[in-house]
Amino acid sequence: MSLSPDDVKRIARLARIEISDVEAQATQAQLNSIFDLIAAMQAVDTSGVGPMAHAQEVHQRLRDDAVTETDRHAAFQAIAPAVENGLYLVPKVIE
Amino acid sequence: MSEFSLSALAAQLAAKQVSSRELAQTYLDRIAALNPSINAFITVDAEKTLAEAAAADALIAAGKNGPLTGVPIAHKDIFCTDGWLTTCGSKMLSNFVAPYDAHVIQRFKAAGMPSLGKTNMDEFAMGSSNETSFYGAVKNPWDTARVPGGSSGGAAACVAARMAPAATGTDTGGSIRQPAAFTGITGLKPTYGLVSRFGMIAFASSLDQAGPMAPSAEDCALLLNVMTGFDPNDSTSLERDKEDYARDLDKPLSGLRVGLPKEFFAEGLNSEVAAAVEAAVTELKKLGATPVEISLANSQLAIPVYYVLAPAEASSNLSRFDGVRYGYRAPDYASLDDMYCKTRAQGFGAEVKRRILIGAYVLSHGYYDAYYLQAQKIRRLIADDFSAAFEACDVILGPTAPGTAFRLGEKSDDPVEMYLNDLYTIPANLAGLPGMSLPCGFDSQGLPIGLQLVGNYFSEAKMLNVAHQYQRVTDWHKRLPPLGEASGERR
Amino acid sequence: MKWETVIGLEVHTQLATQSKIFSGSSTAFGAAPNTHASAVDIALPGVLPVLNKGAVECAIKFGLAIGATLNRVNVFDRKNYFYPDLPKGYQISQLAKPIVEGGALKIVVDGEEKTIHLTRAHMEEDAGKSLHEDFHGMTGIDLNRAGTPLLEIVSEPEMRSSAEAVAYARALHTLVTWIGICDGNMQEGSFRVDANVSVRPLGQAEFGTRREIKNLNSFRFLQQAIDYEVRWQIETLEDGGRIEQATVLFDPDSGETRMMRSKEDAHDYRYFPDPDLLPVKLGEDWIEAVRAALPELPAAMQARFQSGYGVSAYDAAVLTGSRALADYFEAVAKACGQGKLAANWVMGELSAALNKAELDIAASPVTAAQLGALIVRIQDGTLSGKLAKQVFEGLWEGAGEVDAIIDARGLRQMSDSGELEKIVDEVLAANPKSVEEFRSGKEKAFNALVGQVMKASRGKANPAQVNELLKAKLQN
Repeated sequence: MSLSPDDVKRIARLARIEISDVEAQATQAQLNSIFDLIAAMQAVDTSGVGPMAHAQEVHQRLRDDAVTETDRHAAFQAIAPAVENGLYLVPKVIE
Repeated sequence: MSEFSLSALAAQLAAKQVSSRELAQTYLDRIAALNPSINAFITVDAEKTLAEAAAADALIAAGKNGPLTGVPIAHKDIFCTDGWLTTCGSKMLSNFVAPYDAHVIQRFKAAGMPSLGKTNMDEFAMGSSNETSFYGAVKNPWDTARVPGGSSGGAAACVAARMAPAATGTDTGGSIRQPAAFTGITGLKPTYGLVSRFGMIAFASSLDQAGPMAPSAEDCALLLNVMTGFDPNDSTSLERDKEDYARDLDKPLSGLRVGLPKEFFAEGLNSEVAAAVEAAVTELKKLGATPVEISLANSQLAIPVYYVLAPAEASSNLSRFDGVRYGYRAPDYASLDDMYCKTRAQGFGAEVKRRILIGAYVLSHGYYDAYYLQAQKIRRLIADDFSAAFEACDVILGPTAPGTAFRLGEKSDDPVEMYLNDLYTIPANLAGLPGMSLPCGFDSQGLPIGLQLVGNYFSEAKMLNVAHQYQRVTDWHKRLPPLGEASGERR
Repeated sequence: MKWETVIGLEVHTQLATQSKIFSGSSTAFGAAPNTHASAVDIALPGVLPVLNKGAVECAIKFGLAIGATLNRVNVFDRKNYFYPDLPKGYQISQLAKPIVEGGALKIVVDGEEKTIHLTRAHMEEDAGKSLHEDFHGMTGIDLNRAGTPLLEIVSEPEMRSSAEAVAYARALHTLVTWIGICDGNMQEGSFRVDANVSVRPLGQAEFGTRREIKNLNSFRFLQQAIDYEVRWQIETLEDGGRIEQATVLFDPDSGETRMMRSKEDAHDYRYFPDPDLLPVKLGEDWIEAVRAALPELPAAMQARFQSGYGVSAYDAAVLTGSRALADYFEAVAKACGQGKLAANWVMGELSAALNKAELDIAASPVTAAQLGALIVRIQDGTLSGKLAKQVFEGLWEGAGEVDAIIDARGLRQMSDSGELEKIVDEVLAANPKSVEEFRSGKEKAFNALVGQVMKASRGKANPAQVNELLKAKLQN
């Protein structure tokens, strides 16, 4: 398994991380050495083994349907990059 | 003050021999003197600390003090702390003053323990050397040319240098235990689900667990009593009866079966580390324990599995850092998309970006089964190995890390070399088991060596018992690093 | 060439809970921006989701109501993509193990009954809203809606016309409001429809390439959008073109659909099980308790209305258009013992008045008991249909109870045959020409005489009695 520079650019795009061609080259080499390490996994026969997603075999606890939160938007928006009229501002979204 | 255990400090506070303000000031002075050369703290705010200490003094005066009221503690900068800068070691959160307290912080506040500040860490807890912090590397107090380990490197260094009597840490793949080993202190990662993750900035949600870091096992037991407990705000928090983790400290070890995984003593282990760990086994035998050889065959796959699962979860957990609602936003951009891409390119450091990319790749279309699902299946095999091993032993013992503290910059250009440092610590995270590291000697360069214990689920009291009994007959954990006039102090 | 249309619908229903699916924030509509957006909703670092029991219960109700399989263990996944109204950078949804699978819904189109099967229904969280009006060239983000619980209900591609799609959407709308899991308010976005539309030559087994029309928020738009899309697809194919898989938006102003994104820039959502949430387990006790508390469902009620009250299949379908309407009808029918007449009044006079006043059945000024009492008075001959309408007006105005209105307004039908006979005699005497015409065979003249008698009685004569008396007198 080996990633191409295009693979690196594709996943950087998925992850919304700007990456130059030069960076993609360097990253490609590092990622490939990491994937070489990961490759050891592929030889293991896991047929019949159930995937383990959680450390404990427990089920989801459920919260009663009740409103418990109060309005804290002033405190939350005090640390926001750009707000106006209670709204978070972002560069124009084009649909 | 630095020679006293937490219980001794608490006793002095309760007896009003010292006030919490005086105690806090002593540590603040020590931080002011030592931190410039160690860089263990990202944020120190004496005013806030002293106000919290004054509140603790009021509790003591009113007779409303708990076991550790007034004892100050340093918090890893991964815990959201209301009104405090909470950076997670990242430029992305370099301006983030948290508007709420993490559950762990709430518990320490409720226990009346003032915060000495926020400790340095690898960015978003991704690292084993504390070199990935936006706030610069932390230096190992035993040798400032060396790393303190990571990601809880600031926490480990500040406790080792006695800039704080104790600290909180978090451990996703060894981030409490490996720095504890590198700095000669004791650190414990509890069973997954014992300590609430609410307010602890997520790296890999199914592996992250907070725990105490302090000089001794006894200290860790007392801290664990404060930190653990059910939290309805964390769906993975376990509803269990409250227990006293110090209850078994003084139990004798006769009959204890200590499992030695042969895979942990194989190729790759530094011979001085191996010798120190073997000497510790001898010591435990004297205390009545019986060593048993066990096998954790699939633990060899822990690193590959971890470097699929942790980055996958991280790539998703870190998507919220998008420059919209808080944190860093790139100054110049041409569009929404450009804002996202530049904000994240500039706000995250190289290691974090690397892991996000790995994670996005292994989850992406066409690769999920081969990587993510396969890793989850091997995760189960690793956990099953432990279950089988605990049929034959009560606690598993081995080295915490394959070597001692390495030089700053020594491994920072080679991610794979760095990742291999967590070879022995990662399996416990994958299985969700408790693990701890305690000092068991020094190498020929005078660097601390860590001994790791891994216990069965919810066996923290037993592990602490083993560690405490060992610490009663050894003094490795009492040795202090040579730090100018502060050196030579013994507790 | 003859073409066949194939439609499947994905409907997002906002669940009628007090609080959000993963936080304790209010779900109330219309609050000031971001005032219902808690730390969890805005995805502050370190926050975690905790599942709302009420949302799960809504999904269980729905699964039971459509006869679906309830997955006893179901799992939440993360769907990863970047959008400013999606604060975490992922939506918590269910992919591999949804809570509901299968089930079916019956629809009636042009008198034909058809069963539409459902693929699945899964719980997920709603996104916030992007407000595109100009903030110095910026977009404003309101996260009040973020985290509102949704049940996404996916049908099989079994509808073959826009009429069927609308009938299915309506039946689904009725059902979710009926069982109380959704307020059904389409203007506020509580019930949003995406339509997957394709066409194929009639008789071809494979489906054509589909395009997905997003976010239709009225039944009329659903119909218009599908009709336009089907025409466009057929024209494109007949002109030798190809249909590319795409997501499109419907513009109500132009009545056209337009491309939003093609398959090429479709997202790679990188789904994986959410490590912050554990598998959801549905206990049998819980399911049975929910089942026991379910109201009688529309289909069962329609059958009962037909057999028990003798109403037609069509009327039964109309009367079960909402639970409130069905309950009202049944109360009227029970009060008067006249199912057919009750149906006529509820669907006729009452519905017309409600429509005119733009009132919902729940806000009707005329109670079911009052309407029942009115029908009793028609049945016992106290009121003619015409008089009854006047009494109904009185009820609508709040002028009191039925009998009181009859008395106060003197609307009682003339029951004294002596009095009526007197009027009939007077009318016959005063209209010799009409009498003559009738006797010479002009039936129309009889009606004129009836009209005269009714007029002279000021509407209070019983028309049947008038007919009878007139006939008797004229045959003498």
